[in-house]
Amino acid sequence: MTHPEDIKTHIRELFIGQKLAVLSTHRSGQPYASLVAFWGKEDLKEIFFVTPRTTRKHANLSADSRVALLINSSMNVDADFHEAVCVTALGCAEEIGGAEKVQVLKRYLAKHPYLEDFANAPTCALIGVKITSYVLVKNFQHVMELSIEQ
Amino acid sequence: MKWILSPSEIKRNHRNLVGGKAFALSIMAREGFEIPKTLFLTVEAYHEFVSAAGLRERILLELNRKDFKDMRWEEIWDCATRIRNLFLRKPMPKGLDVELTAQVQSCFDGKTVAVRSSAPDEDATGSSFAGLHESFINLRGTESIIKHVRLVWASLWSDAALLYRQEIGLDVEKSAMAVVLQETVAGNRSGVVFSQNPSDETQGIIESVYGLNQGLVDGRVEPDRWILDREKQTILSHNSAERSHWLIPSEHGVEMVPLPQDLSQRPPINAEEALSIYGLACWAEALFKTPQDVEWTIRNDTSYLLQSRPITTLLPNETEDKRAWYLSLHRSFENLKVLRKTIEEKLIPEMKQTARDLADKDLRMLSYGELADEIKRRWEINHEWVKVYWEEFIPYAHGIRLFGQYYNDAVQPDDPYEFMNLLTHTQMASLKRNRMLEDLAGIVRSDSELLEKLQAGEALDLNSKFEKKVDEFIIEFGDLSCAVTGGAECATDTRPLFKLLVEMAANPSSLKPSQEMKDAGTLEKNFLGCFQGPKRKEAMDLLDLARSSYRLRDDDNIYLGRIEAQLLTAVMEGKARVENSGCREIHPSEIDKLKSVIHDLDYGNGKQELPVSTDEYGFKVNPRQLVGQPAGPGLSRGKARVIRHHLDLQDFKNAEILVCDSVDPNMTFVIPLASGVVERRGGMLIHGAIIAREYGLPCVTGIPDATSLIRTGDEITVDGYLGIVTLLQKDP
Repeated sequence: MTHPEDIKTHIRELFIGQKLAVLSTHRSGQPYASLVAFWGKEDLKEIFFVTPRTTRKHANLSADSRVALLINSSMNVDADFHEAVCVTALGCAEEIGGAEKVQVLKRYLAKHPYLEDFANAPTCALIGVKITSYVLVKNFQHVMELSIEQ
Repeated sequence: MKWILSPSEIKRNHRNLVGGKAFALSIMAREGFEIPKTLFLTVEAYHEFVSAAGLRERILLELNRKDFKDMRWEEIWDCATRIRNLFLRKPMPKGLDVELTAQVQSCFDGKTVAVRSSAPDEDATGSSFAGLHESFINLRGTESIIKHVRLVWASLWSDAALLYRQEIGLDVEKSAMAVVLQETVAGNRSGVVFSQNPSDETQGIIESVYGLNQGLVDGRVEPDRWILDREKQTILSHNSAERSHWLIPSEHGVEMVPLPQDLSQRPPINAEEALSIYGLACWAEALFKTPQDVEWTIRNDTSYLLQSRPITTLLPNETEDKRAWYLSLHRSFENLKVLRKTIEEKLIPEMKQTARDLADKDLRMLSYGELADEIKRRWEINHEWVKVYWEEFIPYAHGIRLFGQYYNDAVQPDDPYEFMNLLTHTQMASLKRNRMLEDLAGIVRSDSELLEKLQAGEALDLNSKFEKKVDEFIIEFGDLSCAVTGGAECATDTRPLFKLLVEMAANPSSLKPSQEMKDAGTLEKNFLGCFQGPKRKEAMDLLDLARSSYRLRDDDNIYLGRIEAQLLTAVMEGKARVENSGCREIHPSEIDKLKSVIHDLDYGNGKQELPVSTDEYGFKVNPRQLVGQPAGPGLSRGKARVIRHHLDLQDFKNAEILVCDSVDPNMTFVIPLASGVVERRGGMLIHGAIIAREYGLPCVTGIPDATSLIRTGDEITVDGYLGIVTLLQKDP
């Protein structure tokens, strides 16, 4: 697993196979974790999710845009320990608007059609995270980092 | 859920429950064949054990430390050793233990028992697992029988079994093992019969020995052999063996003893008995509708069938050949004893003498043409010894493994590599060399003038004591600039040696061999205390063999290195002459001959391809945490020194971590300076692991691409407990 393409393949599989990611934010030094329904671009350079503007995660993001997102393939069974693949994406979040929002939401809702009302609510924000690096874990403890020039 | 069944309880759909061997036995018993008193432990019992002990995922974690294709056989052996230890140490679930104890006691009533593997996969695939899983004979006492059930279960995960399952595409995650418990029939004549000769379909074969069948199956007793005509059911030929020994039951298991004189004069079975036994095999073939390989024994003129299985070698199946190869990786104690004699009494003295003879020859006296011939001759000599190395010395390393298994079975330690403590400090040549280096560094340390000259790289008017010792060192070990076993570089130059001595002088090593080995005496006492009578003698002999095997693991390369150094010395002389040929009047054909020989040997190649780490879209891969095999306990942090070429070693600095493709024993001289070892090649018994353990250094082996993913100067940690190397992030 030394070629970028090997790692990208694993990440793309997670983008397709998983619906939820754990989002990490913080405020005043206090970390906070929450689940988000995500969609990731094929080029792996950006990950999107939707959140109401009233949530703690949104408040945290407004205070510090640096985030981590964790996506994994575990199924809550013993075999996860040797089979599951997990990626942590590091990057900076910002709200997406305008024409880009329309385009991204179309793709986002193709993956999560049941969230249509939620995502289109005026109180919800579409957040895009520009990824600077991925940290991929497989075989329980094998860790490789994929950094991206944005 | 049925854990234990008798042959009469087996139904048509139970093949996967009890495995091929047990299923065949139950059918034979139903058809009226005489079989010994038998119980079957179903795969459900295996599942109960591995689930209750939490072994299912534990095994898979072991096997998935890294991709199976990236694992060398030695690493797979290490995994198998750790798994085997888990099977021995985990408690038997209470319900299963109670039922098994009761059934064993009531069925066998204190009699000795054979515990045999019966793998369901075997029939499912039409593949033979013969010899891949373990069977044990003549076991007495419920505790011993149950312990050996665990070992049969564990053999599902032996190195050979894992490789073979991978080879034939079986899903290891779904593998399970049933067990046959069978009363020992102490036959005085035994054998194997093939209803069809694997290499001639018109014939059948019987092999027969006096005593127990195990002697024949293990290859310890040479059998008499009969060839029969399948169609006419007649004997075509009989080859007598040299009948000298037989394997018989003893108080402590089985033992090989000389065959009584009267028996050695006549074959174990007569012609009438041979035909009768062949008739049984043909009956079994008719019953199972495929040619059979049947083990039998005769007690008091009654023939018993011990097991019957299809002759899978009849199938034109390539994997059969590979199975034989996997099995050949394991050598018996007897085989290793013979190998030891050859190595210690013949090969090592010959190697030493060869190196001495080559060193005595003054290359400067040879003409250009003669030197070309000498280089060629040395290449051939070296090539022959490299061949001997692979064919004799490498298999001999199995002595360490054999002892390890023996030790773990007896002691059942927490650490499956505890046995290594009994093998270290056996006067390895590399340790002697490192002690000489320490002495030399001590002289440099105490002589500031000498130190300054060495640092400046000046031509020296050397301190006579120092010079004498350097000469002694070079005569014994060379000048440290040559790699061995196929090495492609060499500089006959003492500068690398001096550079290393300067570094060692500035950094007196606190590492001393033997730090962790102080309780080896207690361990040895505990180990030998597990045995009595002849078994104790066997344990002592095996320990002695393992110590020899361990010592040789390093020394053989040192001696081979001496021979290769002589080849390389001749090559260097040749290169120097070619370079200076313009200054002398030498016939061009002689120069061309020399050039041609050096070119043909292709010295100087060996470039390493680095894997791609950045692509055209701006993605860059950086290793963060790399998983290999834990090969030397401990934790260290330091700067990496990556050795891509042998001469990189001369820049080694104190407290750096040695990162290399494969630690060549002639490289281990930097170990007293190192704070850890990382190696691409995997395994507990490779040179890097052995020498690191000797010095108590953390060591991780089996990191794929270690020398390209890690760069000299990278700050890394080596976790020798978990087998993990972490590359620390540089501050932004």
